[in-house]
Amino acid sequence: MTQHWIDIKNSNAVLIMGSNAAENHPISFKWVLRAKDQGATVIHVDPKFSRTSARCNFHVPLRSGTDIAFLGGMLRYILEKNLIQREYVAEYTNAGFILGKDYEFKDGLFSGYDPVKRVYDRKKWDFARDENGTPKRDKTLKDPRCVFQVMKKHYARYTLDMVSQVTGVSKANLLKVYDAFGATGKPDKAGTMMYALGWTQHTVGVQNIRLAAIIQLLLGNIGVAGGGVNALRGEPNVQGSTDHAVLWDILPGYLAPPLATQVTLEDYNKVLTPKSADPMSVNWWQNFPKYSVSLFKGWFGEAATPENGYGYDWTPKVEPGEQYSNMFMFDRMYKHQMRGAFFLGHNPAQSMPNTHKIRKALANLDWMVVGEVDHTETTDFWRGPDVDPAKVKTEVFLLPCSHRGEKGGTTTNSGRWQMWHHKGFEPAGTSKSMGQIEVELFHAVRDLYAKEGGAFPEPILKLDMDREYDPEKVAMKVNGWFTRDCTVNGKEFKKGDQVPNFTFLTADGSTTSLCWLYSGSYPEVGKNLTKRRDHTQTEMQAKLGLFPNFSWAWPVNRRIIYNRASVDVNGKPFNPALPVVLYEGDNKWVGDVVDGAGPPMAQPGGKYPFIMHTEGHAQIFGPGRVDGPLPEHYEPAETPLTVNPFSKQMNNPAIRWIESDMDQLAKHGDPRFPIVLTTYGVTEHWLSGTDSRNTKIILEAEPQLYLEMSHELAKEKGIANGDVVEIESIRGKVQAVAMVTIRVVPFKVMGKTVHLVGMPFAFGWTTPGVGDSTNRLTPTVGDPNTYIPEYKASLVNVRKAPKITELER
Amino acid sequence: MTKSFLIDTSRCTACRGCQIACKEWKDFPAVHTLQTGTHQNPPDLGPYNYKLIRFKEYKINNRVEWLFFPEQCRHCDEPGCKAGADAIMEGAIIKDKDTGAVLYTELTKQFTPQQAEDVRSMCPYNVPRWSKEKGELTKCDMCFDRITNGAVPACVKTCCTGCMNFGEREAMIKLGNERLEKIRKTYPKATLLDPDEVSVIFLVTEDRKLYHEFAERRTPAPLPGMGRQEFLASLTRPFKAMFG
Repeated sequence: MTQHWIDIKNSNAVLIMGSNAAENHPISFKWVLRAKDQGATVIHVDPKFSRTSARCNFHVPLRSGTDIAFLGGMLRYILEKNLIQREYVAEYTNAGFILGKDYEFKDGLFSGYDPVKRVYDRKKWDFARDENGTPKRDKTLKDPRCVFQVMKKHYARYTLDMVSQVTGVSKANLLKVYDAFGATGKPDKAGTMMYALGWTQHTVGVQNIRLAAIIQLLLGNIGVAGGGVNALRGEPNVQGSTDHAVLWDILPGYLAPPLATQVTLEDYNKVLTPKSADPMSVNWWQNFPKYSVSLFKGWFGEAATPENGYGYDWTPKVEPGEQYSNMFMFDRMYKHQMRGAFFLGHNPAQSMPNTHKIRKALANLDWMVVGEVDHTETTDFWRGPDVDPAKVKTEVFLLPCSHRGEKGGTTTNSGRWQMWHHKGFEPAGTSKSMGQIEVELFHAVRDLYAKEGGAFPEPILKLDMDREYDPEKVAMKVNGWFTRDCTVNGKEFKKGDQVPNFTFLTADGSTTSLCWLYSGSYPEVGKNLTKRRDHTQTEMQAKLGLFPNFSWAWPVNRRIIYNRASVDVNGKPFNPALPVVLYEGDNKWVGDVVDGAGPPMAQPGGKYPFIMHTEGHAQIFGPGRVDGPLPEHYEPAETPLTVNPFSKQMNNPAIRWIESDMDQLAKHGDPRFPIVLTTYGVTEHWLSGTDSRNTKIILEAEPQLYLEMSHELAKEKGIANGDVVEIESIRGKVQAVAMVTIRVVPFKVMGKTVHLVGMPFAFGWTTPGVGDSTNRLTPTVGDPNTYIPEYKASLVNVRKAPKITELER
Repeated sequence: MTKSFLIDTSRCTACRGCQIACKEWKDFPAVHTLQTGTHQNPPDLGPYNYKLIRFKEYKINNRVEWLFFPEQCRHCDEPGCKAGADAIMEGAIIKDKDTGAVLYTELTKQFTPQQAEDVRSMCPYNVPRWSKEKGELTKCDMCFDRITNGAVPACVKTCCTGCMNFGEREAMIKLGNERLEKIRKTYPKATLLDPDEVSVIFLVTEDRKLYHEFAERRTPAPLPGMGRQEFLASLTRPFKAMFG
C-alpha cells in the first residue's frame, strides 16, 4: 500500500477492483464503511457479485481478464472530460517528458520487439535527453512527442463502445464508474484503489496495476490522504516476505539480484546506482551501494572484507535472461533436471497451476523436505489420488513446524506496519519454528563442509549465523548495527551500536543491515519500535488517523508514501481539510514523516516529490517493465475470443511460454471449452486451506468445493442448485457442488454471450470428501514481469457429473 | 438498566466471524455439514450453533440484494419460551433482571422431549433447539459469563464492521435510531425489528419477510382464532394441573 488501512476512511471514492476485500481482507471493511458513512461512493468492479459487492454503492460485473480495457476506457474518459489535476500532472509526473526518436507503438507492439526471443529492447523507450542526460520536458504538455500526448493517442482506441464490447460491461455501468471515480481529480478530493490477486494473477498483471497508478497520478491521488494504489496483502505476511525477498528476482529491500556477468561488487553497484545531473532530484537510489554492502556485510559478518567485495563474491548470481520462478522450477523438476527440493509452508501440489503436472514433478525428485503444520496435498503427494506409493521413489522428510501462535516475531501488514507478535503457547510436540529449523539445518550442512570440505565452501563456511534462532536478535540485525567505532553524518558511533536509520548506512563495511528499508525499526539496543502500542498523535495526525506511535512503518515510520505530492510546489496542501504534511519553513515539516529532506519544490533548494525515481517524477510512461511502457489490452492466454479487437497481438507479446507434454492450452475461442473460469480465495479458508480445513469449526461453515454459476448457464446445461458438476479444462477435470446464483451473470462480448464461472481453490483431497484441487484446471502461464500465474482467467466446460467421485454426498 | 444488542445488517459482510467466535467461546464441537448450493452452513441453528448467518439473495429494482441475517436468540422482554417453561417448571427458564439475558437453567434437562418441543414452539422467532445428545434445550445465553465479567459477547467482540453492537439498552436504542435515520436515505424500507419487545434489535434494510421465515415475529397460535394471552393461558392450565 502507498497508504495504510485506516487511511481508506479518508477517501471520497473507493474503487475495489481485482479484489474481494470484504471476504479476503475483512478488516478493510471497517475503514471502507467509515468512508461510506462520510459519503464516499464505494464501487466494486469484479466478475461476480460477492460479499464485497453487497456492501458497496454498486457492483459492476466485468469479464475476467479485461481490466486494462476497462481502465483504459476510464483514462480516455478522464482526458476527454478534462478531469485531471493539471498542476499535479504537469509538475510531479513525467507527462511532460519528451520521448526519444525510437519509441513507437504499432498494432499492439512497442518498438524494440524481438519476435524470436519474445523480449523488448527497452532502450528504445528512452526519453529525449539534454547534454547532461536529463530528460527534455514540455510542462505545457503540448509537444506531440511528450508522454501526455503519446498516452492520449495510445488510449484514443479505448472508446466506450470498444471497451463495452470487450469487457462485457454495459456503457451505462462504465459511465457510472468513470464519473464517480473521475470526480476525485479535484485537488481537494481523493479516491483510493484497493486491489489484490484479482489484478496480479493475469498475464498482464503488472500492467493492470501500472494503469491503476497512471490513473491515480492523472487524478492527483498519490501521496494524498484517502488516495493511493493499495495492494491488499495477506495474513501470510506477503508484505514482509516480499520486503525480505522470498523471491528469486530480488534481494532484501528490493535490490536487484547479482548477475553472473557482474563479476565484482563494483560491477554490480555501478550498474544499479543511477545518476542524475538535476539538482532538484533526490535520486534516492544513488545510495544503492550503502544498502548492498550493508546487506552483504550483515550476511558474512567479520569475514566480509573489501578483498571479497564484503561477501559479494560468495553471493549466488543469476544467469542473465534466465527464469527461476516457481513455474519454471517445477517445469525443471518435471523434466528431471532437479534432484531434491525444500518446501517450507508451501503446498504446491494443491496451489500451483496445472496441479497434475506438479504432482508428477514431485515424483521425479530423489528427495523432498517439507516443513508444515499439517499434512497437506504436498507432504502426502505419494499417496494421493491415482498414485501408487510403491512406485514413488521420492524420499519424503516431514519436519513438523510450530504454528504462528507458538512463536514470536514480526509481521508486516499491507500498510507497511511492522508489528511484533508475542508467542502465545509453547510449540506442540517436537515441532519447532521454521527459523529454528532452517538454522539447525544450515549448521548441520556447515559442520559437514567443515569436516569433509566441498566445492566452493566459502559461502557456507563464512555465513554469519548463530546456532540458535532468536527473533529479537534477527530484528536487531535487520535494522543493522555498526561493526566498528566510526563517525557517520557527523555523529559518533561505537562498535555494536544500532544504526539509527538507513541514512546512516555506509558502503565501507562499517554497518550491517539485512534490509535497508527496515533500518530505523530497532534504532537502539532495547528499543524495538515494532512493539509500540501507543495511540498518541497530534491533532493534525488525528484527523487522518495516522497513529505514528503505534508499531513502526517502513520507510522511517512514514505512513503515507510520496507525501510530498500532497502539497503544491509552494508547500500548500491540495486538500487543506486533510493535510498529510505541512511545511513550516526552515526545512521543517510536520504531520507525517516527509519524503526525503529539503523544502517544497518551488523554494530554493526544493526537491521533486517522487524521490525514488531517478528523475524525481512519477512515471506515467514507465520504461522499466519488460512488456511495455504503457499498459495495453491483451487477451488472457486462454480466451473465448478469436480476435483481439484492440490489435493483432492476441496475448501479451512478452509472455515466455512453458512447453511440455502437460502444458496444453485451449486454442483461442475453443468450442470445447467455451466458459471462462475464475478462481479465488474465500473468507472462511486460508490459502490452500490446510490450516482452515483442519480447523473443523471453520470447515463446518464452508465444507466443500463449489462452483458459482448463473441461472442462465445452469438452465442451458440442465444443472440444478446443489448438483455435483464436473468442470473440465484441457488439463484436467474437477468435481464441485453447483451454486446457481443471480450473483453471476452472462456477459455480452463482441456480440456473443460468454458465460463465466467461479471456484474457490481452498479444498484438497487430504481432507476427505471435500473435493480436490481446483488448480488441476488452471494453466502454467504468467505475467512476464513477475511470473505470477494466470489463475484468474482460463477456459473450461461444465456438465452435471456423470458419477460422483470426489465429494461426499 | 438492562443490556441490548444492535445488529445493523446494513454493515454485515457475512464474514461469519461471529458464528465461529460463538462456537469457539463455547468450546463447541464442529457439526458435519455438506455444501448444498448456498453459503449458509450449517443450514440452521442447532445445539452447537447459537449464532448463524442466514443468506438470501434477491433482485430488487434491477439490483442484486444479498441479505445477511446474523441470527440468534432475541432475549425477549416477555419471553414466550419462559412463559411456556414456567407452566411446566418455575425457574427452568429465567430472565436475568440486571442484564435482561434469558437463561436456560439446568432444570430444562428435566423436560421431556415433548415438553421441550412445547416450550420451543412458544418462541416467536423459532430459536431454541433441543439437544438430543445433551438432553437439554439450548440457545444463546448472551455470553452471560463474559458480560458479567466486564466483557462483551464473543460475537460482538469479533465483529469489525460495526454490525454487532452491545451495550446499555438506552444506548443501543439511540444508536439504532441514529443508524436508521441515515440508512433510510438509501433504503426507505429500513426498520428496527421489534425494538420495544426484544433485547436483540435487528436493523434491516428490506422487508423483514425477505430475510427468513422467522425474521417476522410469529404468534405461536396453533388454534385458529385464539389470542396470544388466551393461548398461553390454555397451555398453562393443563401443565399446572399436571405438576400440581
